[in-house]
Amino acid sequence: MALLEIDDLRVRFRTRDGVVRAVDGASLTVERGRTLGIVGESGSGKSVTALTVMGLTRLPNATVEGRILFDGTDLVGLPSDELRRFRGSRIAMIFQDPMSSLHPLYKVGWQIVEAIRAHEPVPHDVARGRALEALEQVGIPNAAERMDSYPHELSGGMRQRVMIAMALVLDPDVLIADEPTTALDVTVQAQILDLIRSLQETHGTGVVLITHDLGVVAETADDVAVMYPGRVVERGPVEAILGAPEHPYTWGLLQSMPSFSAGAGRSERLQPISGQPPSLIHVPSGCPFHPRCPHAFALCPQVEPPLVLSQPGHDVACHLAPAKRQAVGRQLGLEEAARGGVATG
Amino acid sequence: MTVQAANGTTNAPRRPPPPGGGPWALGSVVAGALGSSMTRYVLRRVLWGIVLLFVVSALTFLIFYAFPSADPAALRAGRQATPQLIEQIRHALGLDKPLYEQFWIYIKGLVLHFDLGYSYENNVSVSSQILSRLPATIALTLGAFVVWMLVSLPIGIISAIKRGSAVDRATMGGALVAISAPVYWLGLIVLLLFSRDIGWIHLLPGSGSYVPLTSDPTQWFLSLLMPWFVLAAAFAAFYARMVRGNLIEVLGEDYIRTARAKGLGERRVILRHGLRAALTPIVTMAGLDLGILLGGAVLTETVFNIPGVGRYAYDSIINSDLPAIQGTVLFGAFFIIVANIFVDVVYAFLDPRVRY
Repeated sequence: MALLEIDDLRVRFRTRDGVVRAVDGASLTVERGRTLGIVGESGSGKSVTALTVMGLTRLPNATVEGRILFDGTDLVGLPSDELRRFRGSRIAMIFQDPMSSLHPLYKVGWQIVEAIRAHEPVPHDVARGRALEALEQVGIPNAAERMDSYPHELSGGMRQRVMIAMALVLDPDVLIADEPTTALDVTVQAQILDLIRSLQETHGTGVVLITHDLGVVAETADDVAVMYPGRVVERGPVEAILGAPEHPYTWGLLQSMPSFSAGAGRSERLQPISGQPPSLIHVPSGCPFHPRCPHAFALCPQVEPPLVLSQPGHDVACHLAPAKRQAVGRQLGLEEAARGGVATG
Repeated sequence: MTVQAANGTTNAPRRPPPPGGGPWALGSVVAGALGSSMTRYVLRRVLWGIVLLFVVSALTFLIFYAFPSADPAALRAGRQATPQLIEQIRHALGLDKPLYEQFWIYIKGLVLHFDLGYSYENNVSVSSQILSRLPATIALTLGAFVVWMLVSLPIGIISAIKRGSAVDRATMGGALVAISAPVYWLGLIVLLLFSRDIGWIHLLPGSGSYVPLTSDPTQWFLSLLMPWFVLAAAFAAFYARMVRGNLIEVLGEDYIRTARAKGLGERRVILRHGLRAALTPIVTMAGLDLGILLGGAVLTETVFNIPGVGRYAYDSIINSDLPAIQGTVLFGAFFIIVANIFVDVVYAFLDPRVRY
């Protein structure tokens, strides 16, 4: 059984402008010790999916439907105070902006100690010892001194390490990282990703890595789910998704990525996906990607394609004939490989 | 008086950093040179405060002479005063000397003897008058402060959490009314409702019933109840709105999401993480307001006829009693300046990001 299994998740927010369907039938699985990369544009429901797993979308104007099976427990129907016991201890999360994610008025050691003591009734000095250990584990120099630092005294990379230490100090089964490197310098990004990967190896944590950066996915993920307004349109192992993608949206994502190999000419143009991401209030009928899809045909605006198995472990939601999809995808994967794109890392 | 900039540097002229990296060298400050830089900062502020007090007294002097409400000498000479008598009184009070000389004499007395002069009205020393009236003002101010904090904090917190609910709308609507109601009007209404002499319900001692705490604690307490609530009303309303606004803003911060993601209980998230951050600016405000009120809550003391510093200021203006006006104004300015310095220092303890 999968560690975390999200099944047909639907999250809606009632707003003044109408009902926002932030997540609309998303299905995902996270395996122990593996990394699931969730990719998609802004507004594709990546973050809302993650926050819903944490129970952080339980707002008065929100409705959540579907199932989130974590280690056999359905988190969707769980009372808030029971869900709170999972949050932070068995499922932890780190956020995009480490600058604003730590409380500016408390010392970082105190903040980690608080996380420990929220779940385990250990004495203060024991918790402090574990917090210190966690800071050392994430590679913070002079960790004992840093315990008494305020967040503003640390660099962005150090703060994100503190966030990771805080998330992992209770040895959670699942770590959700929502764009953990987007706000960081490129050199620091790689360090943070390495850190997450090495900690995952030692702890056997299942990681959900939310990103819009296919390069990060190529480097870090074992499995990939591509989301487009609230749905998963394609999912499978990273080699399949980046090497032979089958959904036109994934093709678009790949083609709009720059490649940095020496052979790639400067004259090479990126091909952005035409059109705008759809409104989450007025989602296009049928396949939501059809207005932007160069391959759309008569069926696409009428019937929404289900997410179905295309090849072993590789699911796609598209009406195009599988043979055609696979041909285009393989071609694209080869081109990517040839120009030193993301597929080869 | 406006809120001083939190970093405190805007108040002081920029000078080149002193040798050894002073409060201006940001890196060394972060490294923990708090003690010395803080002392220097406070010293600088105190010096500026003294300069400010000097300016305030000069301005009061000028205003009094440029816009005389009445001739103090004529006022004291009585109804059928001869010009000779007025002239005599003017000479006795030193009002016939040139303005700068009068000011010089005043400042000399103040600096050398801490002497605020003698009232034109009754020849009593102004400083002893103010000091004897200070307990009443302190009692009024601190009591009102307790009331407005006890009222505004829970209301602000609840309406921030239940934003848009009936409770929120009702309390914030009520707050708007309370902010808009002038103290003298509210005071009279409350007297009309609850005072023992003229009230519809004979509940509490009315205007002019204040006695010192030492002579009759019960009477003291009862006589201050109405003034406390009247003075606190507008502040409570203002603070409730501020607590609500700040807390709503803070609860939208990323670090509140982090606190929830840690699995903390909602109460702890709101109080320990949300309120802690939301209160920092409110503590600043409260310090300044306390300073202003300690200089004399003129309206409340006048309406309820409490013999405090504010009432003294009011009386001395009515009587064109320059030394008393001068004394109460300086006294008020003193408290405001002290409150400002105090608040800036406290801020550095409340918010570790602030360093001087």
